[in-house]
Amino acid sequence: MTRTRTLRIDRIACTGQGLCAELLPELIDLDEWGYPIAGDPAVPDRLRTHARRAVAACPRLALHTDDDPA
Amino acid sequence: MNSSDTTPLTRAPETSTAPRLLAGWHATGRPDTLAGHLGRHGPSPVAAVLAGRGRCGGAMSLVDAVGAAGLTGRGGAGFPTARKLRAVAERRGRAVVVVNAMESEPASRKDRFLLAMAPHLVLDGAVLAATAVGADTVHVCLPRDRSAQHEQLGAALEERRRARLDPVRLRLHALPPAYVASESTSLVSWLNGGPARPGGGPPRTHERGVARRPTLVHNAETLAHIALIARHGPDWFRQAGTPEEPGTTLVTVSGAVAGPAVLEVAPGTPLTAVLDLAGGPTERLHGVLLGGFAGAWLPEARLRTPLTRRDLAPLGAAPGAGVIVALAGSACGLTETAGMLAYLAAHSARQCGPCRFGLPAVAEDFTALAAGRADPDLLSRLHRRTGLLPDRGACRHPDGAARLAASALRVFADDVDRHLAHGACPAAHRSPQIPVPSAAPPETWR
Amino acid sequence: MTALALTGSPLWYASRASGTLALVLLTATVVLGIASGGRAAPRRLGRFEIGRLHRDLSLLTLVFLAVHVVTAVLDPFVHLGWAVSVVPFTASYRPLWLGLGTTAFDLLLAVLVTSALRLRLGVRRWKAVHWLAYAAWPFALFHGVGTGTDTRLSLQLWLYAGCLASVVGAVWWRLAKAGPGRVTGRLTAALAATAVPVVLTAFLAAGPLQPGWAQRAAATTILAGSGR
Repeated sequence: MTRTRTLRIDRIACTGQGLCAELLPELIDLDEWGYPIAGDPAVPDRLRTHARRAVAACPRLALHTDDDPA
Repeated sequence: MNSSDTTPLTRAPETSTAPRLLAGWHATGRPDTLAGHLGRHGPSPVAAVLAGRGRCGGAMSLVDAVGAAGLTGRGGAGFPTARKLRAVAERRGRAVVVVNAMESEPASRKDRFLLAMAPHLVLDGAVLAATAVGADTVHVCLPRDRSAQHEQLGAALEERRRARLDPVRLRLHALPPAYVASESTSLVSWLNGGPARPGGGPPRTHERGVARRPTLVHNAETLAHIALIARHGPDWFRQAGTPEEPGTTLVTVSGAVAGPAVLEVAPGTPLTAVLDLAGGPTERLHGVLLGGFAGAWLPEARLRTPLTRRDLAPLGAAPGAGVIVALAGSACGLTETAGMLAYLAAHSARQCGPCRFGLPAVAEDFTALAAGRADPDLLSRLHRRTGLLPDRGACRHPDGAARLAASALRVFADDVDRHLAHGACPAAHRSPQIPVPSAAPPETWR
Repeated sequence: MTALALTGSPLWYASRASGTLALVLLTATVVLGIASGGRAAPRRLGRFEIGRLHRDLSLLTLVFLAVHVVTAVLDPFVHLGWAVSVVPFTASYRPLWLGLGTTAFDLLLAVLVTSALRLRLGVRRWKAVHWLAYAAWPFALFHGVGTGTDTRLSLQLWLYAGCLASVVGAVWWRLAKAGPGRVTGRLTAALAATAVPVVLTAFLAAGPLQPGWAQRAAATTILAGSGR
């Protein structure tokens, strides 16, 4: 892979529904109010499918992945 | 707060550095008119910049001159100014320049003072920056509650118009006076007809800002420095300050000092020396608030630290927008912090999770701690929630509040223990020393 | 059972059955959509599972709707053209009541297309169209009651009652769980949810449950047609 995929959360659009943390617990944790805590934004190759599912599942479309040239 | 707006807390100090931005005020003690300004600083080299070169060093462009001077943003973030200029200049299409004169930081007065005393220096800088990046419009953004300043600046703009000085349009705007309205994305959103609230993520302002055009947003003081660099060149600029943080910078010194003032100092000046320029402490100090409400506390023992980003970073502090508030030894640092946090919580845009839930919760716990009403879990809860504020909002508002809260817990650790063990200290019952504006949420964002 | 219900081709039976099933599935989809939109989180299920179920049930609804439309058009008894399936109020058979069903189908198609393209459209446009799904539900219900051959069966009536109760219940549950604020919008939602069963009951009593509805249903069409 020549590009790294990173997670980006639209913090204004996010309403803390929490689906992303259910589908991508490896990368996303929730605070006590249900809002995401994303540590390292880089998505490892093995989690790409899961990341894509989490992006599609967000009811506010607040989760995105960006492809950055490595 | 408004009474202190009209009577600037300033006197003529004995500065170690020759004043640059405030040269006119030091010479006359009065606001500079256009004639006075041109007499003092000479004509603005707009034509030379338009032709692609500044007066400085022959064929050097203004962007390169600003880069060589090492100027950084004076609005608080300290981003290299030339990089911002270049990013906008490289975009296709007519650009827009926005002058950020909102100065929403409650303890800051420096932009107000600079605009009152040397309005044409700021406007020169804005026009020069506009010329350098290919902009045809300059928007000057002021908060709505400073009508006197609005009138004065309007008159200055009229003076320039009659003198046919500027090749670009200059427009004055009155924005809602909210703390986060001074965020560059808030300005852009408001100028586009939206609410003056921060916007998140891409596209960035320099890519697509006002009217979808590349937009350069600079703090008023930063632009005034550009006006001087364009006239005198980068080498002159570097004669003051440190090699890494050159030039001069405006600071607002208030609190327990004999002569609260807006001062022009060189980075690298020790904090004690800056306090002395403002008449010196009136009593033994508890500490100093650096950078404003979104800044950090420094303990009294660290006051010999030079005022530079590099020296302050290990202490978890930064010069920010040059706010220095001296806290008297008799005051309660926790009570002061609690008041400021309540203000920051009320003035958030309530858009992102940390500002809707985290920040109000931290402010509430801090109030309980200051009042001596802490439950056993309070401190660990406060540490955990404070740690979860940074980097999780669309703008840096929660980060600033977290910096203030964390530094208070660190610097006033003894006070925290005492409050937890014995309840509130006597000072907590007195009214706070640092004036905090009303913690009511902004009435309007439009 | 009426004589009418027993006559007709297998296509007619298929159309009636798939229509009823589509209504039940649409109701389930709407209920899940309403219940999962608020801040209250389920305990045993994951939120994503409810989201997935909402999506899958909606797709299944469309499958049965397609069967319903195709069988109805192919059935020789009512002589419907293909245009009827997408252009509302043009049918020769009970145009008003059939038109409601066509409208609901069109709305659901719009929701389907925008949902498929939501990552490109952005959340604001997507949600704006998604609200149409709420309108599609009462349209579908009135279509079923007004056109339905089986409306007078007590089992069918219980089914309608169940659909109504679950949607109204879901709306009230979400409103009860919601925090403060947005009074006007929430009051409107509560009133709208309550109005549907009231209006439907009144309509049932005055229309389909009275003798001679078949003739009157056709007559409404003439009135609606001449009104144009």
